Amino acid sequence: MAEAAIELAGINKRFGAVHANRDIDLKIEAGTIHGIIGENGAGKSTLMSIIYGFYQADSGEIRVGGNSVQIQSSSDAIALGIGMVHQHFMLVHNFTVLENVILGAESAPLLGTSIARARSELERLEREYGLEVDPEAIVEELPVGLQQRVEILKALYRGADILILDEPTGVLTPSEADHLFRILRQLKDEGKTIVLITHKLREIMAVTDNVSVMRQGAMVATRKTAETAVEELAELMVGRRVLLRVEKGEAKPGGFLLSVHNLTVRDSRGVTMVDNVSFDVRAGEIVGIAGVAGNGQSELLETITGIRKAVSGSVTLDGEPVDLTGEADPADLRRRGMAHVPEDRHHMGLVLPFEEGENAMLGYHRQEKYLKGPFLDIEAIRADARDKIEKYDIRPTDCRLKTANFSGGNQQKIVLAREMEQDPKVLIVGQPTRGVDVGAIEFIHKRLIDMRDQGKAVLLVSVELDEIRSLSDRILVMFAGRIVGERGPEASEGELGLLMAGVEEKEAAE
Amino acid sequence: MSAPYAKLPAWADYGLIPLINLTVAFLVAGLVVLLVGENPFRAAAILIDGALGRGQGIAYTLYYATSFIFTGLAVAVAFHCSLFNIGGEGQAYVGGLGVALVALTFDQILPWWLTFPLAIIGAAVFGAAWAFIPAYLQAKRGSHIVITTIMFNFIAASLMIYLLVNVLKPATSQAPQTRTFLEGAHLPKLNWILEAVGLSVRSAPFNLTFLLALVAAFLVWVLIWRTKLGYEIRMRGHSPKAARYAGVSETRIIIVTMLVSGGLAGMMALNPIMGDQYRLHVDFVTGAGFVGIAVALMGRSHPAGIVPAAILFGMLYQGGAELAFEMPGISRDMIVIIQGLVIMFAGALEHMFRPSLQTLFASFSPRSVGAQPSEEGRA
Repeated sequence: MAEAAIELAGINKRFGAVHANRDIDLKIEAGTIHGIIGENGAGKSTLMSIIYGFYQADSGEIRVGGNSVQIQSSSDAIALGIGMVHQHFMLVHNFTVLENVILGAESAPLLGTSIARARSELERLEREYGLEVDPEAIVEELPVGLQQRVEILKALYRGADILILDEPTGVLTPSEADHLFRILRQLKDEGKTIVLITHKLREIMAVTDNVSVMRQGAMVATRKTAETAVEELAELMVGRRVLLRVEKGEAKPGGFLLSVHNLTVRDSRGVTMVDNVSFDVRAGEIVGIAGVAGNGQSELLETITGIRKAVSGSVTLDGEPVDLTGEADPADLRRRGMAHVPEDRHHMGLVLPFEEGENAMLGYHRQEKYLKGPFLDIEAIRADARDKIEKYDIRPTDCRLKTANFSGGNQQKIVLAREMEQDPKVLIVGQPTRGVDVGAIEFIHKRLIDMRDQGKAVLLVSVELDEIRSLSDRILVMFAGRIVGERGPEASEGELGLLMAGVEEKEAAE
Repeated sequence: MSAPYAKLPAWADYGLIPLINLTVAFLVAGLVVLLVGENPFRAAAILIDGALGRGQGIAYTLYYATSFIFTGLAVAVAFHCSLFNIGGEGQAYVGGLGVALVALTFDQILPWWLTFPLAIIGAAVFGAAWAFIPAYLQAKRGSHIVITTIMFNFIAASLMIYLLVNVLKPATSQAPQTRTFLEGAHLPKLNWILEAVGLSVRSAPFNLTFLLALVAAFLVWVLIWRTKLGYEIRMRGHSPKAARYAGVSETRIIIVTMLVSGGLAGMMALNPIMGDQYRLHVDFVTGAGFVGIAVALMGRSHPAGIVPAAILFGMLYQGGAELAFEMPGISRDMIVIIQGLVIMFAGALEHMFRPSLQTLFASFSPRSVGAQPSEEGRA
């Protein structure tokens, strides 16, 4: 057994009644890549925040390099050689790479010496680990994959021997993710210890040496990656057997319910986000739009649903044309049978401080059944909400509870229940399982297939390639605002990955 | 990672936290009193006695509170739409013009109980109209409502002086004010209520508008929590993106909310003009519009919080006046400092004691903070 880089013993952390970490014992061997896997809310991030000094454990011991330590703040962690790459990058957008790297680690009030030192240090890191980034580049102009590299450089520059990465691949293309894994292996070969937090089983299998599984705040198992399998890990994560594949029958596509014609959308800065996009969705099929986040999918969804104005283009909704450049209004589109499960559940799909019942009618609140004249019919609203809670197995079952108190999976079910219960013709779905636990994912996928089988036209946008591949009957790939290819569900991940990276762009456009 | 967020039980949220804030504000205010060489305990005693000790004081306290309820409600309604209406001062001032025009027109021909409803409409319409321009600029042009409403306070002040001096002043008068209204525009006093419970009131301006303020508070509650419009206002207030998603027109909701807010601020003018002075004069608002901000903050934008908060500020006004009279070392400006401290602790520093209180509650009884055991909260 190799020497431990970090050892945790009996770590407990409570937030009120929530026992986020219970009696965690964990040993991370030096010079290995150690995966930590678990559903959302299993306590992974809390545990890492304890190691990085954001929280203090209620009880338990942390040993770094064999010595018992107190980590009161992130500067303590840095001093102990622990670095963290956050899921949401902590970079100053309008600073250069160099400025970001020295931020908080400046050695003197005048920046000259710090910058010179950082420059030579960056060159060394680049040589040793193949972490190439132009030090003078402005961070916001870099692609996401490179921004992440800046985060890694920041940690290494501060002398990190132990690197914690929190869900690092969420924003990366498959090829960028592969590149990241190569870098991680290289860092390992140089003697660094890496802790990789993820909910993606595939990544664990691809890159880690050991894997620990967390469930409901407890560490339920640690395995050598080579001696375990995806099925076992999934079962450990959820606590029961899970279907990783979605069961679905043949699609029976009917008439065109949704056609998008020559849609072009620009953002507020005038950058073209959606570039002359046309496609159809027929009754009884799921059309998936694959792509790396930020390639125009969000804008596409928001424009089709009337939230954002198009520069040009229209949709035909069940035979009726709607001009998207003018007064296309979400309320009107809803009346015509378009339902929308938005990507951004927290700010768009739900109003988190609202009672659950108030969210169960969001967007449909003009319907007579919820109103008595200008007044809300509170009883009817709550009865309707209770009905949906039961049908969609939403927990907790109290419709007067604030929506913020529901878990991610249950919040998503609130949105799905609302949109699906309207019996729409067309269902537009963005990132249906983002931040949703495995158990709820299964449920949501099944519901989407049900909608398809009931003859709805379903348009699905997701950055999870697995999800697109297992649900869609046809896959459109979006890159830089354009549809760069259409494939069947049997298309390989590699093929789609290349399209998503824009590699086959010319070929696909033909 | 979901942020660990412990909620406080309602009674702590709406009762305990304001109380703690208030106590701290008074402690600091006590230090200030000590600094000028007076006894803070005596000062506190004079202040409280001045505000509540006699029927006369109570009547004045409630008279001031009436104005603050209106301006507090005005700020609160806008808050629910996440608009910061700093323009209550100006809207109330212009609302006074509406009251005066109605009163000057009808006081000779109508009894007060017919003039009153017309004056309410006049106050609300003029206040709303003054709020409309900043609202329109915010909704259509994106001009920040904080800036525009502040500016409109100054414009209102200048406009009213111009109108009073050049248009509304009787030719024979030297003072920038309208003629005194006749009986038909005098609101009945409510001092008899206090006398009925055995308090003596010599003469105080406590009048019918107080009841109107309570009705307005109830109606605001209905509007915000029981109507479709209120639902849309809160939706846009919590999340403009969700409002767009739900098809709620941002332009419409901003303008409508500000009209309601401005209307409420305008109705404040009824209290001093028809209830006390019986004429429109320069600077009758005397800061009530700004106090409304503190009242709304302290009352957590809920009518049930705003009414007591308004009464508290009424006490500070009335008791403060007594204090300035009784203690030579404490001037009127000292009272403003004390009020400022209350505003600072109740409003700006509202969240200062919250985290530690949450930790305290969480450690005593996890259930009371609304935390769900993890099993229940998952699918």
